[in-house]
Amino acid sequence: MQLSILTLLYLIASVTFIIGLRMLSHPATARKGNLIAAAGMALAIFGTIFLYRDENGNKLHNYLFIFAGLILGSLIGTLAAKKVKMTAMPEMVSLFNGMGGACAALIAMIEFNHLSTLLSQVPDITYPVAFVTNDGRSAIAGRLLIILAGLIIGSVSFAGSVVAWGKLNGKVKDFSFKGQHIFNIVLLLIILSLAALLIFDFTKSSNNIFYLIFGLSIIYGVFFVLPIGGADMPVVISLLNSFTGVAAACGGFLYNNKVMLTGGILVGAAGTLLTILMCKAMNRSLLNVLVGSFGGGSNAASSTQTAGNYKEITLNDAAVVMSYASKVVIVPGYGLAVAQAQHVCHELEKLLEEKGVNVTYAIHPVAGRMPGHMNVLLAEADVNYEKLLEMEQANEDFKNTDVVLILGANDVVNPAAKTDPASPIYGMPILEVEQSKLVIVNKRSMKPGYAGIENMLFFQPKTSMLFGDAKGVLQKLVAEIKTL
Amino acid sequence: MQNILSWITANEQMFYIVILMIFVGIEVIGRVPSVLHTPLMSGANAIHGVVVIGAIIVMGKAEANNYLSLILGFLAVVLGTLNVVGGFVVTDRMLEMFKSKKKK
Repeated sequence: MQLSILTLLYLIASVTFIIGLRMLSHPATARKGNLIAAAGMALAIFGTIFLYRDENGNKLHNYLFIFAGLILGSLIGTLAAKKVKMTAMPEMVSLFNGMGGACAALIAMIEFNHLSTLLSQVPDITYPVAFVTNDGRSAIAGRLLIILAGLIIGSVSFAGSVVAWGKLNGKVKDFSFKGQHIFNIVLLLIILSLAALLIFDFTKSSNNIFYLIFGLSIIYGVFFVLPIGGADMPVVISLLNSFTGVAAACGGFLYNNKVMLTGGILVGAAGTLLTILMCKAMNRSLLNVLVGSFGGGSNAASSTQTAGNYKEITLNDAAVVMSYASKVVIVPGYGLAVAQAQHVCHELEKLLEEKGVNVTYAIHPVAGRMPGHMNVLLAEADVNYEKLLEMEQANEDFKNTDVVLILGANDVVNPAAKTDPASPIYGMPILEVEQSKLVIVNKRSMKPGYAGIENMLFFQPKTSMLFGDAKGVLQKLVAEIKTL
Repeated sequence: MQNILSWITANEQMFYIVILMIFVGIEVIGRVPSVLHTPLMSGANAIHGVVVIGAIIVMGKAEANNYLSLILGFLAVVLGTLNVVGGFVVTDRMLEMFKSKKKK
């Protein structure tokens, strides 16, 4: 009876995951979708704690530890999620993802230990161990395969996520050496052959091989993410996210637990598709991102030409032109996110609106650190949702725009993407800001952006530079406009 | 070979679920607007936290004197819960902002 209730709970949970994901992909229902999936998860977790019975009908024990773990995890998780700044959201997601991966790897470890103690108690076992025993239950080799898959994928996801977190944090720098891709492939092959060795030739000394595989997987995870440029981190996190999904599904296989399997594979598949969609938004292929010909290598910087002169604009002049314009479009970018300038930005917008200026925001799909990141940031500062224009709409509007104010965006407004086939970002859709009457660019310096390429936009006659930290510049700009 | 085939047969149901879920996963998020990429990723991230169920089972089965299992299992429960709770809360925080926007 209790077991069938648990089965029913698992079924409900699986359905909530599917519905939740579906609702999450539409703006109007997204928040509800998240809550539905969370409710399903709670059902599954508490159902497991109280109703689970093993093959022999035994209840779970160690309740004290389980609840202590749940409470501790919930406390830290909630606190971290509530405290994190909106700009640091992406690294938080990455870190949580890593925790999931680590969890899957730990489960694999415990199950392996369990299996090998079990085997050592059987006196004369024939090798190679069979995939299936005579009574039809999945036996040792099959379990080993799943355990190893969970271990490898979970560890790679854990190590990779932590590196991605460090990179977005600015704690870990890009690092690559010659032949790194070959090194990675060789490493992966070694891991896979060790795993095969373990499955087909299981002996009592196999414990060491198991931990060797664990260590190598961690190293692989680190080197997998290290060379990939910071701008591509969202794609990598999404990919690792789907890895963790698969690792979770391995756990489901192990315990014949359908809800883990469903949830895991669902995320694995959706995550993979999402990764591809993100790449598409940047007009790049996944392979291109992973091989890292973009942010990681130094080859991109070589296309630097002496591009001529740029001119600067004073704060006072900028304030004047913006106050007397009839239409201003703000293009926010990474610089705005780093400087935490979204609130001042909103203040500037309100001030200009009071003066009768029509202000909108043009959001490039990959502006900021993650797709959709700018929307979240500006929403935090209470910017009206309708003021955010998507790229296509914004590009039509630029013709009628008097002033475009670019705040720390670079590659997403680089005309080379349209005009220069040799450019590494050629073909990426951009915001065509040069169609407006005047462009003001706020940057900290003339240093090129993530792609490491010069932006010809900065040298065009209609462009003026306004150097400084986005927040500081905006504050001064607001003060300046108030005195007008 | 025979071995592997019979292993697949023994786990037939599981393989069906895997294959069907792959298609469901792809189908379900097919037309997500790029604005929602980050929240969707974060939500999916929370969902794979189901792995915590595995951790609970491991923990609940561990013998009281098997300290390795107990310690690793406890760690697994903590990390898995972090993934689930943190994931859902972060996603909710992101989406909350989209919402309050629309009301105004």
